[in-house]
Formats: sequence, structure tokens, C-alpha cells
Amino acid sequence: MSLKGKAYIAGAFEHPTRKAPDKSVAQLHAECAAGALADAGLTKDDVDGYFCAGDAPGMGPLSMVDYMNLKVRHVDATDVGGSSYLMLVSHAAEAIAAGRCNVALITLAGRPRSEGQATGTAARAGNPAQPDMMFEYPYSPTVVNMYAMCAQRHMYEFGTTSEQLAWIKVAASTHAQYNPHAMLRDVVTVEDVVNSPMVSTPLHRLDCCVISDGGGALLVVKPEIAKALKRPLVKVIGNGESPKGQMGGMVDLTYSGARYSGKMAFDEAGVKPTDMKYASIYDSFTITVLMQLEDLGFAEKGQGGKFVQDGNLISGVGKLPFNTDGGGLCNNHPANRGGITKVIEAVRQLRGEAHPKVQVPNCNLALAHGTGGSLGTRHGSATLIMERE
Amino acid sequence: MAEQRKISFIGAPDTNPEVKPYWDACNESRLTLRKCGGCGKVHYYPRGICPFCFSTDGNWINASGKGKIYSFSVMERASPPFTMAYVTLEEGVTMMTNIIDTDFSKIKIGQDVKVVFLDSDTGQKVPMFTPV
Repeated sequence: MSLKGKAYIAGAFEHPTRKAPDKSVAQLHAECAAGALADAGLTKDDVDGYFCAGDAPGMGPLSMVDYMNLKVRHVDATDVGGSSYLMLVSHAAEAIAAGRCNVALITLAGRPRSEGQATGTAARAGNPAQPDMMFEYPYSPTVVNMYAMCAQRHMYEFGTTSEQLAWIKVAASTHAQYNPHAMLRDVVTVEDVVNSPMVSTPLHRLDCCVISDGGGALLVVKPEIAKALKRPLVKVIGNGESPKGQMGGMVDLTYSGARYSGKMAFDEAGVKPTDMKYASIYDSFTITVLMQLEDLGFAEKGQGGKFVQDGNLISGVGKLPFNTDGGGLCNNHPANRGGITKVIEAVRQLRGEAHPKVQVPNCNLALAHGTGGSLGTRHGSATLIMERE
Repeated sequence: MAEQRKISFIGAPDTNPEVKPYWDACNESRLTLRKCGGCGKVHYYPRGICPFCFSTDGNWINASGKGKIYSFSVMERASPPFTMAYVTLEEGVTMMTNIIDTDFSKIKIGQDVKVVFLDSDTGQKVPMFTPV
């Protein structure tokens, strides 16, 4: 069954905070939920489906449904890291199409900044029962050094340069200057990026995303409900999801699961990459963006470096305006999971509600894509294509 | 030659029969791999069930301990810095590891490396690689 047009995104809210030492994680989730409901013109009592991922405190949907005192008949807690929230939009569309709920609430929130998580530079000890743990933890895999190995291999195979990667940060910072909530609002140059301190070769500090507190929420609703509301209509027309790992030791760092999730989404939507007016692309690191652009079909494999250079991702300048909120590289990466903000900015663009300096004229087709987990080991990929009706 | 970082081991091979032979072999300075008796393929990390054909008819084989660097990253931000890597073994599988006992600035993709075994904080030896 195709999910094309079976659900609409009627509410979207990004929490304005970037540092919240005085709030609990559950409280941030609920504030995001309230924000999305107000945005849509719906109330708490309209929600009959709840969706969350690993950032939800306690026992996921049980804890959060209880905290918010929701009366729902469907829950889903698929956790694929930062890509979860795009995948949850698709799962909400599935549930709506199957009649399991009518108004699906998705929330994300976290406080890694207040809690002082050294996200990128320290290995995270996991459960010893995780089958890969003994074979990886002793080598100190961190978020950044695993993505850095993808960048190193990309440079080796395709001649990609640090300067080309830097253009991705330049584009994000050019957009972030107009976002009053963005953590980093200074416009940077290619030289600024390549001269910033090396974190893990070949990735510099400015190749890495921010660490921020915050959150976001989305409301996915059935078509009849969306059409009865007073908001612009944002229809979900393409969905794709895929996990990718080390393939039994046949490790290949040159591509991501976007190769599969992107094709599924474009096929379902019946559109192609060149039709997209805007793209939200997960930007945990600059290399994340470059690889996803290739795997989604915006650039040939190996040509991502040429595609992103010279401002091609800057709204009003290049062919593919991306992450016009400043993205994870400059604006916000709440809970170290940037998937929900990718959908939120795409919704803003489709509604014509992005900042006027970065709004894409007549933005009727947009893509949002997320990578969760680690591109260097095992990750989730989720692609959404949305249309303004 | 860079200072070696502390190696933290996680898990208890003694209570994990699926992978205990691998870690016991490391303690004897031998790198072993799982080879499937059904499809004949070697996989990594080791499993009791073949990730290619789901056969449970697997055997432990001794690896040559030789390989080439598939990718790497020098974690300069860490103190002391260390080199994360994927090494493709002669047997065809690629494993996560560290490159040690060398000038990190001279490490290259494609470089020939050989296995060495280092003590971790629990006393369990861990395989790492150094240029040939």
C-alpha cells in the first residue's frame, strides 16, 4: 500500500531554548507538544496516537503518555537515533492509513548541553550484551572519529577536499545569521572552517554540529482533519527507511542507507531530486551532508564535493537551498538528534513561513532526510518527501 | 612514537561462550576469525550464526594477522591522541581497530599493517595494528 497523501503534517514546533538547565527532559517534551498543538489549532484531547524515540525519559511512550496525561490508542517508540523522527512521521502515516489513530503526536527533547555530555570526543560505554560492544569499545569509537573515517575514505576514493566540506558549513552559517534562536549566528568562510582546530582528522571543529538543549514536536493527521484546520496543507507524499551496518565485515564507508531510503521515497512520491525546491539534510557533520546528497541522488557518487562548493546550498544563490534554519551545524541539535528539526524547517519552507531572507519562492516540494546512529558503524536512514497542497 | 592511551575493555568473555574463544586466542596473541562451514565465507565480528547464510556450522580459523588500512582518523582532540581505523584483513573482512606504535602523521589508507596485542584495563589482550 502506498502512503502517498495518506497523512499531513498539521503542526510543527521547535523549542526556542538552546540551554535549559532549569527544566526537566519530560517538561521539554510536553512544552514542545503544547507548541505543536497551538501551531496546528488542535488541543491535547485531539491526540490519539503518540510517537517518541530513545530520548524520551523512562519507559518511552508509557512515561510520556502518563506525564502528559494523554488518552491515546496507538503508540510507537522506534529508535534509530537522530533519524527516528522522520521515520516516526512515516510510521504515523502508516497508523493513520490503517485507522489506528487520527492525530499523531511526535516529540523529541533533551539537555546534552546542560548535562555536559562530551558527545563527540569520548566513547560511550554501552550494554555489554550489545553484540558489537566488545569488538569496538576498546578502540574508543566516538561520534566524530567514526564520521571522520567516512570523510577520510571519501577523500581517498573521490578526491573530496576539506575546502569542499567547508562550503557546507558556510551555507549553514549564511542561513543561521537570520535565525534569532540559532546557537551560532556568525557567517563563516571556507578559511575559517579549515583553520579551526582539528578534532579528528580530517574533521575540524567547524565541521561538527552544535551541542544544544531543546526539542521539537510534530502533529501528523489524517487528510480530513488537516483540511478542516486553518494552516497551509503539507502533505506527506514519499517515505523511505533503511538501516545499514558493517555487513558481516564487508565494511563500505562510501555510501549510506540514504541510497535505499531515498529511492523508496522518490519512487513513492513519483518525483525526482531535481524537482525538490528545498532539502533538509541531516548535518551532524559536514561529511554527513555530502554523502547523503550523493546517496539521495542530488549528485553523482563521488561528485558531492563539487556539488556543494561555491554556495550551491545557499538559499537565493545555489540550486539546492538546504537547512535554512542553520541546521545542526549552526542552529540546533537537540538531544544530539537532529531529525525533528529537519522536518520542522521543511514544513516552514512549504508553508512559506521560513525567514524571508531564506524563504524559497513558491516552495511546493521539499525533502527531509535523516541519519541516526553512526555513519561509520551502523545507522538508520529515513527520507520524507512533502508537498504543499 | 606517541603515548599509548588507556584501553578500556567492556564485557565478560568468560560468561559469553559465543565469543570466548576469540578473546582467549587474543590472550595467546593469536587473531582468529569465524569461517562458515555452510557458505565458506569468513565474517567479522564473530558470531555463532553466519551473517551471510544463517548456518550454525562455523569454525574458528587463525588469521594471518596481516592487512591494509581501509580508513583511519587521528583523534587529535583526545589526550593523548590516538588513531581509530578500519583494517581490511587478508581474509577479506574489515575490522575496527587502532593503529599504534607509529608516527600518526604518516599513516595512509592502503598501508600494510600487522596485528599486535595490547593489554587492556581488565587484563584482556586486545588486537591492534602497526605498520609493517
